[in-house]
Amino acid sequence: MSINRRQFLKIAGASTLLGLGSITSIELLEKVEASQLFKKNPKAIKAKRWGMVVDTRKFQTEEDYKRVIEACHRIHNVPDMGNPKEEIKWIWTDTYEHAFPGQESPYLSGDIEHKPLIVLCNHCNNPPCVRVCPTKATFKRKEDGIVMMDMHRCIGCRFCMAGCPFGARSFNWRDPRPFINEEKSLPYDTTFAGGSIKKGVLTFPTRMRGVVEKCTFCYERLAAGLMPACVEASQGALIFGDLNDPHSEIREMLSANFTIRRKPELGTEPSVFYIIGG
Amino acid sequence: MYDGWKVILGIIIFIGIVTFPILYDLGKAAPPPPEPKIDTPEIQRMVEKKCIEPKSLMKTEHMVMLNDWRDKVVREALQVYVATDGNEYVMSLQNTCMRCHSNKKKFCDVCHNYAAVAPYCWDCHIEPKEEGQT
Repeated sequence: MSINRRQFLKIAGASTLLGLGSITSIELLEKVEASQLFKKNPKAIKAKRWGMVVDTRKFQTEEDYKRVIEACHRIHNVPDMGNPKEEIKWIWTDTYEHAFPGQESPYLSGDIEHKPLIVLCNHCNNPPCVRVCPTKATFKRKEDGIVMMDMHRCIGCRFCMAGCPFGARSFNWRDPRPFINEEKSLPYDTTFAGGSIKKGVLTFPTRMRGVVEKCTFCYERLAAGLMPACVEASQGALIFGDLNDPHSEIREMLSANFTIRRKPELGTEPSVFYIIGG
Repeated sequence: MYDGWKVILGIIIFIGIVTFPILYDLGKAAPPPPEPKIDTPEIQRMVEKKCIEPKSLMKTEHMVMLNDWRDKVVREALQVYVATDGNEYVMSLQNTCMRCHSNKKKFCDVCHNYAAVAPYCWDCHIEPKEEGQT
């Protein structure tokens, strides 16, 4: 089949028109985009490096420990597995000997030797758990040094549990949901939604089977302008603040008192400091 | 060809089994897509019943948006979403989305079941308690 010049020009013209027309149709096909604007909560409290001082002198009765631990575990829906092998804990107690190995002595004051110490994730400046995580599910937040968990990414390999020298991480061997006492759960922010959160409405997610969890320094409460749950419940026994700010309460506490950290020889640079006293 | 009829019979049976699902559904219309229900008390109370972004966008892009939100909240420490109309919302599936859409079964599940997708949101995030349902 052959075409003459007139036919060729007709075809060329028509296809040019079609081509030009299709530009507008491409514009039509372009999808509406969601806004890409995100902000920090204006109420959020900020720091360069969050840290905590545990004033063991202020933990006297069993009630003092219980209050602190329960506040955390109720807000974060930490299950009570009942079996120590499957225990899940964000903040708990241990003995001086276990918390500070290498610093014990046979002549240690009985008060200190037998007194439980509050222990939790140390939010190390140089966290080994972050180094070993193959999926970056655990990571150190650049802006405030909190060692965070992204549960969406955790594959449950438990490298971080092997990496952490403080045993601060717990693994969900099974679905934690049935072991959470909903009656006791508290909203992490009572002012949320104009204070309209009804009793029995859980505001913090649970975890699922096969992920590792630990203390997160209450990042969700800090973002809402609140102090961590344990600090609030401790009545001054736990001091929380910015280690990077020389005028913060925590730094004043650190300069006025002699403090020790857990296993400093490992070089993880913990952000939790202890004032030891009976 | 030895045993030709056996081979041919085998082929016919094979084709029959493989094409059965297609032939079975031939001429039948697909069930109509479900319409998510928005008749929750919280939404009924709204003067102007609209989501944070236009409905068409929410329908096709909500999963992308939720993925974005989770990265922003968990990894970048940003908590507030500024919608295209300038309104601000706290980014939270459990506490923002589900406060209005408190009918997960009739809002989320109907479409997800229809499309045969099983998002793992509810393994951790807690769904609102629905009245009259177990």
